[in-house]
Parts: sequence; structure tokens; C-alpha cells
Amino acid sequence: MIAPVISAAGLTKRFGEFTAVDGIDFEVPAGESFGLLGPNGAGKSTTMRMIGAVSARTAGDLRVLGRDPDTHGPEIRSLLGVVPQEDNLDTELSVRDNLIIYGRYFGIPRATCRSRADELLTFAQLDDKRTAKVDDLSGGMKRRLTIARALINEPRILMLDEPTTGLDPQARHVLWDRLFRLKERGTTLVLTTHYMDEAEQLCDRLVVVDKGRIMAEGSPARLIREYSTREVVELRFGSEHNASAAERMTGLTERMELLPDRVLLYADDGEAVLERVNHLGLHPTTSLVRRASLEDVFLRLTGRSLIE
Amino acid sequence: MTDPDLTTMTHETRARRFGIWYVAEHQLRGMRAYAWTIVMTGLGSPLLYLLGIGLGLATFLDQSIADGADGPVSYLFFVAPALLATSAVTVSTDEFTFTVMAGFKWRRLFWGMNASPVEPGQIASGLILSVFFRMIFTTTAYYVLMVAFGAVGDPWGAAWMPLVGVLGGMAFGLPLMAYSASITQDKGQFALVNRFIFTPLFLFSGTFFPLATLPLWLQWIGWISPLWHASEIGRSLSYGLPPGSWPVVWHYAVLVAYVVTGWVLAHRVFRRRLR
Repeated sequence: MIAPVISAAGLTKRFGEFTAVDGIDFEVPAGESFGLLGPNGAGKSTTMRMIGAVSARTAGDLRVLGRDPDTHGPEIRSLLGVVPQEDNLDTELSVRDNLIIYGRYFGIPRATCRSRADELLTFAQLDDKRTAKVDDLSGGMKRRLTIARALINEPRILMLDEPTTGLDPQARHVLWDRLFRLKERGTTLVLTTHYMDEAEQLCDRLVVVDKGRIMAEGSPARLIREYSTREVVELRFGSEHNASAAERMTGLTERMELLPDRVLLYADDGEAVLERVNHLGLHPTTSLVRRASLEDVFLRLTGRSLIE
Repeated sequence: MTDPDLTTMTHETRARRFGIWYVAEHQLRGMRAYAWTIVMTGLGSPLLYLLGIGLGLATFLDQSIADGADGPVSYLFFVAPALLATSAVTVSTDEFTFTVMAGFKWRRLFWGMNASPVEPGQIASGLILSVFFRMIFTTTAYYVLMVAFGAVGDPWGAAWMPLVGVLGGMAFGLPLMAYSASITQDKGQFALVNRFIFTPLFLFSGTFFPLATLPLWLQWIGWISPLWHASEIGRSLSYGLPPGSWPVVWHYAVLVAYVVTGWVLAHRVFRRRLR
């Protein structure tokens, strides 16, 4: 059996009284695209920092590429690529120099840095921006450059913390496409996100994290199957009437969620449920039948929505 | 089940060995953006001061206000070593404040370095090394101009003075660096440092008149001031200190104590902040 590239057992991080990561266990095999899905403040970034060997754990065990981050920090970091949540590109340098200068921190000879920089600029679709200043790039381009920079040392694991937060939909799709290519090449990806569509697109397997704990684990499809029905009916009656409508619909489906702005009905056949709602004489202002998503899984597990 | 990737391992060892240099290289490249300012202040400020004081102020002073080892010395002789030390301290007030804040907060460069094999202590040392280069450029330029203006008693014997200036600049700068690294919110602290620490030190460190002319209750400012100690060493090199002065080795000892304390604190704060 091939040893996992990351294994955590009872991994815990406390800051004084506050427990950010509360004894989590997971393993990531080589080549997998692994996601940590959860709302802001769930402990995802702290977990990433521990894996990235820049934050010591309080308790538990952690191995990254077979090494202990507490004792082999520089060695582990030399084998990782890190895309932080907040860009930290050097705005004074050109796009290409950002890659070259960063490569130097890994002890890579200058000539190698240069040739890798050129390859990576092509990969990041930034060829025509090579001499541009970072400040002149769009948000999506900056993110792509940050990803290219994280690949300069040919890392064994690429870690991405909220890779598309703050990007417009088109830029997100371009970025996902690049990450998908890396995945196809066999790069191990570890990413955090609070976007369920991102998790569904990119992750082979994920853990749902909330308040420092793992709530569930599995592939996106399996999690949806396990914790939700196939379809979801979303009904809006107006904020005043949602509660009373929900009361009348009790028993219509096995599971119902009453949210401040809408009522969710879980069923395998959404259209049929919608028909029964009409039979009850209820007339929602808007109704939508959709496939269940990880958002529903999260709601089921925590009783809260992902983006609050 | 370690799985050594041989080429990367070699790189990693190299990163560990030369990390400080990589950080300094990056910082020096960053200085290119304001290279013009560095050169202009490096050459312009000594020119202005030496012209203003040597050709202007000194002509009004008939009497010597200070003594050297062999009796009274000219005002230009007296003031020049202190101006040189001040130039190094001025570099500190730039590079150990705004550059540190930029690295942690504004441009966040330190976080990028932190994700590489480089350790927090190497980031701190690399920054210090790059500032060392800027300081030695500034004080050397100052010294050359001082010699050109005839402001040094013994130009060859005092050739060590640019380094003494750097020692003074670091003695002021490293504790300041530790303080800057501990700041997470910019609330104009650096303007306060300039107004309430740098300016009083500049005025009361025996820069423009001998410290002993001040009333005793103000002299302590000079005693704790890296600027005074560096100035006195500079004077001792240029024309020798008058009898009854502090032994030069004490001045060195105070500066070294500041440098060591500042170094240790700065490294500790960098580590705490980045880990």
C-alpha cells in the first residue's frame, strides 16, 4: 500500500482558550484532490497552516510526506506549493520576476527558475503579461500568477486556501480549468472552500468541517446521496408567510427546512412534491426544483447554511 | 516512510544555507523602486549639511565649542561625525519601520517567504542584511564627502567611521525593527517614533554641541542614545576625544548591547508572528 501524503490523527490547534481545530482525523493519498468544505472560521485555514508547516499543532499527530512538520518544517515546505487566501505577490516586480525571485527561496538555480517561469506563464495563460507589473493584472490573473508561483518548485502537494474567493464567475471558471489540468497531471491538490460548487467541481473527496470538527467525509456525490435526497424544492412565500406555509406542508416530505427567506422540501421527485403543494392551495411567489448540492448536506449536518 | 526526492533535497539544503541571502536579494531588488531616493538622500543630505554648516554656520562661530585630544577643534570637525551617524539612523527610521510593516501587512511579502523553506529568523536576518547594504552605502558616501570638505582630522585613520555609523544605525534600528514587527495595526506609530524618539535624540545627543553643555537632567538622553555613542566614537577616530571623556570601549559596549538586544527581540517577534 502506498503511504498517504498527508495523515492527521487527533489533530488539534488551540489559541489560548479557543479551540480552532478540535481533534480531526483524515488521510490524503497521492494524486487525490482533497477538499475541506466549511463556513468561515471552521478551522480550515488553521489546518492548512499546520499542514504547510508554518503553525505548530497543539496536540495529535500529523505527517506530511512522511515527515513531522514540527521537526522537518523547511524540508516539508520545500516540497509544497502554497496558494494563500490573500495574495502576497510582489507588486514592485514584473510578473515573470515574481516567479523567478520566488523560486530562489527554494534554492533553485537562477537558470532553472527562468525556464520554469516561462513554462508556468504559458500554463497560467499569462504569456502576454510577462513584463507587466502585478498591479496591472486583474484579480483572476493575480490568482493564476499566485498558482504559477506555487508551482515553481514542482511541489508534491499544491495547497489552495479559498482559491476563487472574490473572483467573478468567468475568472473562476478559467481558474477551475487550470486546476483541473493539474489534477489530470496527477498533482495532489488540497483545497479549502466555502463554495459548494467549487468543492463539487474540483474535489475527489472532501471533509465537511464546522467549528473545528469533521462532520462528514466522502466524495461529493456520496455525501449528497447520504445526507440529502436527489432533488430539492425551494419555495418562497414572502418572509411573513414562510412559517405558516411550512406548518401546512408538514408531513408532505420526509424532511423540510424552514429558512428565514425560503422553505426547502427534500424529495426524490421534486415536481411531484410541487404538485402536492399546489393541491394544498398554497401559492408560493417563486418555486424552484433543483438537484441537491453540498449546501444541502451542510445544512443537514449543521442546521446552518454555508454562506451566512 | 520518508520518500527523499534527491534534487529537491539538495535545493532545500541550499535554501536553508542561503535563505538570508535570498531574502536580502529580494529586499534589495525592492529598493530599486526608490533607488533614486536612496542616492539623492545619500549624497544630497551630506552635501546640504556640510555646505550649510561648513560654509555657513561655522563662519559665525569664532570660538571653538569643543575640544579634541590636542585642544580645540573646528565646528565642522566636531559636527561631521555626528551627522554621519545620523544618516545611518535615518536609514533605520525608514527601513526598520515602513519596510517591516509592508512585509507583514501592506505587501505581505514575508508571508510568501514564510511558505518557502526559509525560516522566520532568516527573513529577519535577510532584511537586516539588506538594510546593512543601504546603510554602508549611505555612510561611505557621507565619509567621502566629509573628507572632500576637509571635515575629518585624520582621513585614513578614521576610515573605519562608516562602519561605526552602521553600528550606530543598527543599535537604533534593531530594537525599532522588533517594535515595528509587533505592530499589527498602523495607527501612525511611526510618525510618533519620528517626532518623540528620533527628533529628541537628534537634538539632545551632543550632535550640534557637546553633551556636557546640557544640564545634567537632560544629559541622560545622550547616554541612552545610540546616536551619541556613535558620534563620540566617530570623533575619537577623527581627532581624538579630550581628556575626561568616556573610554571609547564603553561606547562600543553600549552600541553592541543595543544591537544584540534588538537582534534577539526582532528575531523573536518575527518568529512569533509568522509561526
